[in-house]
Amino acid sequence: MSHLRIDRPGLSTTIQDLGRPGRQRYGVPVSGALDPLALRLANALVGNPAGTAALEILALGPTLTVEAPSVRVALVGSEVGLKIDGTAIPAGRSVTVPQGARISVGGFTDAASCILAVEGGFALAPAMGSLSTYARGGFGGFEGRALKAGDLVPLAEATATAGPERKSGQIDYGDGPIRVVLGPQESWFEPAAIERFFAEPYTVTAEADRMGMRLEGAKLAHARGFNIVSDGIAPGHIQVPGTGQPIILLADRQTVGGYPKIGAVIGADLPRLGRMRPGETLRFARIEVAEAEAARRAQEAAFMALVQAIGPVVMVPTTEQLLSQNLIDGVVSA
Amino acid sequence: MTVPAPKFLAAGDAALVVEYGEIIDAALIDAVQQLDRRLGAACLPGVLETVPTFRSLMVHYDPLATTRAELIAAIQALDAGAPAAALAPGRRWVLPTCYEPAFAPDLADVAAATGLAPDAVTATHAANRFTVAVVGFLPGCPFLAEMPAAFDLPRRTAPRTRVPTGSVAVAQRLSVIYPTESPGGWHLIGNCPVPLFDAGWDPPALLAPADAVRFRPVDAAEHARILAAAQNGEYDPHRECLDEKDPA
Repeated sequence: MSHLRIDRPGLSTTIQDLGRPGRQRYGVPVSGALDPLALRLANALVGNPAGTAALEILALGPTLTVEAPSVRVALVGSEVGLKIDGTAIPAGRSVTVPQGARISVGGFTDAASCILAVEGGFALAPAMGSLSTYARGGFGGFEGRALKAGDLVPLAEATATAGPERKSGQIDYGDGPIRVVLGPQESWFEPAAIERFFAEPYTVTAEADRMGMRLEGAKLAHARGFNIVSDGIAPGHIQVPGTGQPIILLADRQTVGGYPKIGAVIGADLPRLGRMRPGETLRFARIEVAEAEAARRAQEAAFMALVQAIGPVVMVPTTEQLLSQNLIDGVVSA
Repeated sequence: MTVPAPKFLAAGDAALVVEYGEIIDAALIDAVQQLDRRLGAACLPGVLETVPTFRSLMVHYDPLATTRAELIAAIQALDAGAPAAALAPGRRWVLPTCYEPAFAPDLADVAAATGLAPDAVTATHAANRFTVAVVGFLPGCPFLAEMPAAFDLPRRTAPRTRVPTGSVAVAQRLSVIYPTESPGGWHLIGNCPVPLFDAGWDPPALLAPADAVRFRPVDAAEHARILAAAQNGEYDPHRECLDEKDPA
């Protein structure tokens, strides 16, 4: 069986796909990649279906050894790129790595997470229809946990297929304030608190993980207390506990909760949010649901155009290589 | 109580909340579960899943396949449709539970708060007919409604960092069974040895919203036997379901 051997796991490297919707009524979180656009693009680069499971890497990447005749990989989401036995390979393109070579991803600060996809994905049994790791529950991915040194992660394809390497342009994550739809508990806040929420900057604190990110900024005063009878939680929901400081709920969010939710980050801005690191500052802007739906459709169209535009890596051979191949003998005279 | 017409509240651009009220009440729970069954039967385009809670139904949808406006119109049309009573109700369960002191560290506190004798607390819980209102907090964790008004207790002021697996607890006129060890702030009055969640099951949780549950008191020896059998894979928890009796 072909494997990737984990020499060093990095800070937190887990297997993630697009998540396991459909079982929230049983209390099972959806999980999935924090940056689903990076997952889909990395998969496209190695020729996989968009939702194939890949490695999600947080802040500091792993070192892996290829225990297969070869494997094709691509890193998307951070410009940190890959090192293959020390040779730098930029992000946003595929590369085929030979047996015994070491793939390493260093520390990065341009995003909180990035994705390393492998051609064919992993030969692991899904839990409830998904390979996404939910570490709190101990299921999904590789033994329900983040990877550790010594793990042998089985590859679904014995070897890389023939064919050119492929590269893509950059994902447009958008910029400007993070857009939020109010609700369902906006009436639990003082009107002045809602004004402050959209007027003041917030900083991502160190208490940020796959479940959610705790923010620090203008304190939001509740008008009706901070204990509601629990109701459902949506992706990007912003709950405000008694501290008055908002918590944005991300991929591993619980399915129901009992704190008032002032609003939810729109789908088009969730990938950008999932990339934010502790210490970064953000601002919120209020929009309506119909605008959010339009923004999501526009983002999807732009993303599909980016995937369509994926093309072969144009090799720019060195003079030495050309001469050795005897293609242009005598032409290059300089 | 009379259930008012639901409100459609925003929850981002991939979910909407159909809210019947803001409190825990049997009539609201029933309204939510009826809508859940209607939506489940209707298979509306773009709906990914629904999550019933005490007082509202969360409808998760794919915003690339439908819109909030379309979905609200479709749900309003449903609400006027066939009565949900015709659709399959939940299943009935009788769960063995040991109420002996080793499993009931908070029994004395609950007795003091409710004004009941400790035996009466246990007897009231064991005689109560519960409905699974919500499965959440932990995967497979059932929130059971509803106990008499005397059990409208706040959570413990000092939550426990480790509540043992299977703990049966009460607060806020509800009861809960912890499917796995977890932090928790409810009052522990017993322990149920029946496994409630397994990522390898389909569905992964034993209990589902709208299921009916009551508890059957067992002694520590029977509790230990069930627990050991469950750990050895020799115990099928579906034997505790009145609607799934093996015909053999």
